[in-house]
Amino acid sequence: MVLSFFDQFMSPSYLGIPLMALALILPWTLYPKPTSQWISNRVLTLQGWFINRFTQQLMLPLGRKGHKWALLLTSLMVFLITLNMLGLLPYTFTPTTQLSLNMGFAVPLWLATVLIGMRNQPTIALGHLLPEGTPTPLIPVLIIIETISLFIRPIALGVRLTANLTAGHLLIQLIATAAFVLAPLMPTVALLTATLLLLLTLLEVAVAMIQAYVFVLLLSLYLQENV
Amino acid sequence: MADRPVPIVEKRLLDVKLGELVTWIGGRDATPNGIFAALRRGHDRYYNKYINVKKGGIGGIAMLLVGYVAISYLWEYDHIKHDRWRKYH
Repeated sequence: MVLSFFDQFMSPSYLGIPLMALALILPWTLYPKPTSQWISNRVLTLQGWFINRFTQQLMLPLGRKGHKWALLLTSLMVFLITLNMLGLLPYTFTPTTQLSLNMGFAVPLWLATVLIGMRNQPTIALGHLLPEGTPTPLIPVLIIIETISLFIRPIALGVRLTANLTAGHLLIQLIATAAFVLAPLMPTVALLTATLLLLLTLLEVAVAMIQAYVFVLLLSLYLQENV
Repeated sequence: MADRPVPIVEKRLLDVKLGELVTWIGGRDATPNGIFAALRRGHDRYYNKYINVKKGGIGGIAMLLVGYVAISYLWEYDHIKHDRWRKYH
């Protein structure tokens, strides 16, 4: 059986249980619950500091009404960042490379922001479809363009996350295979490739964190327009 | 001087004699509640020993991650075993 490079994204299952289930449950087990002790252990302290800082930063542009979304957005961010980072470990499965999962996050949340805007302030929400200061002849075209842009947002959110992570994993696999195959033939070139692989892995760590952050940030932006 | 006799199923695993092993396994609580209770006990033991300490290091989480890598390898072995060093792929 020939293995293609895309096989790492197949959802494997063992004894009927898919590895996706384990990969999705694992982030929940990695974050301990805060206790009522005054000084907790190091992991809890770091976790509490990070979550507080992040929520404060995220909620800055949102008004009072947007604060209802704090729990959802922060937990989404923590979940995505943990899934992405865990996927960089060898042999693990990254659920966020599956388009179905990312669309499952993007579409309902985006739709929620649009419906909230339409329900609470329909005039302002529809007003977003026409930027200020447009010349009069351009208005019909621009409204169509802005509507298309509005409907593309969930697709863009989901596909952005999927594509970034999938591309990163594929690159790592390709360059690793290259370094491995070159090692007995041209050791110097293999060494250069190995250095490239190291740099790429560092990039992937950064991308993993950044993509999760971008996802949540854009959602908060859409919320800010509509809340 | 001798301890009070304890029922076999209530002993801890390392105290069970080899001959009593089957009785011990058969008598354990295998209902979903029992399984959750066992997982919770295991989790609490690990957490309180390695993570919930004043100066915990990276070892607590590192062991978890290495275990996760090992389990993932096991889970995917059937698929990975085709990726061996061959002359013709």
